[in-house]
Amino acid sequence: MRHQKAGRKLGRTSSHRKAMFRNMLTSLFEHEKIETTDAKAKELRKIAEKIVTLGKKGDLHSRRQVLRVISDKKIAKNLFDQIAPRYQSRNGGYTRIFKVGRRHGDNAPLSLIELIPEENVQKPKKRASGQQKKIAAASTAPK
Amino acid sequence: MALPKRRHSKSRRDKRRTHDRLSSPQTTLCPQCNEPKLPHRVCLGCGTYKGKTVLEVKEI
Ligand SMILES: [Zn+2]
Repeated sequence: MRHQKAGRKLGRTSSHRKAMFRNMLTSLFEHEKIETTDAKAKELRKIAEKIVTLGKKGDLHSRRQVLRVISDKKIAKNLFDQIAPRYQSRNGGYTRIFKVGRRHGDNAPLSLIELIPEENVQKPKKRASGQQKKIAAASTAPK
Repeated sequence: MALPKRRHSKSRRDKRRTHDRLSSPQTTLCPQCNEPKLPHRVCLGCGTYKGKTVLEVKEI
């Protein structure tokens, strides 16, 4: 049974996986977007969202927790000062994945994972009005 | 043990294989550049997805 077996191993030992995701997170927070395989992007999303949440807290403890993963102090500082504040109005969903096709050589499906850019952060408002419509539709439908 | 009684002709073999063909991948037309693209994928013709530019396309 696959009970309690969430997550991908990606053909690596746990230490290899951990090191790889640390590198990938550092790159993601440095460049805002990185290209990788679909599977790695989906795993990276889980970790990156948690790091942004720590970034939004911004207290001493969360800074130390982030530095355990991102050893580059400049990049960590940029996360707290530039990246995290733009997501104050958002509860999760700080990243976005685009599927971009397949890699030459091994035909692996590639994705582009990015931190939602500043100008697009306001999107949740739309969803809220959509929900209101649904509620309105649900209240009128039974009659 | 069960064994084939007769060798199958090329015709029989090939007839069996008529159903083995591959289907071509489903594509949609890009709303930006009208090139065929794979669904849920960035258009590789113009580098857009849902009307937004995602990638820079290199001219070859
Ligand atoms: Zn296109």
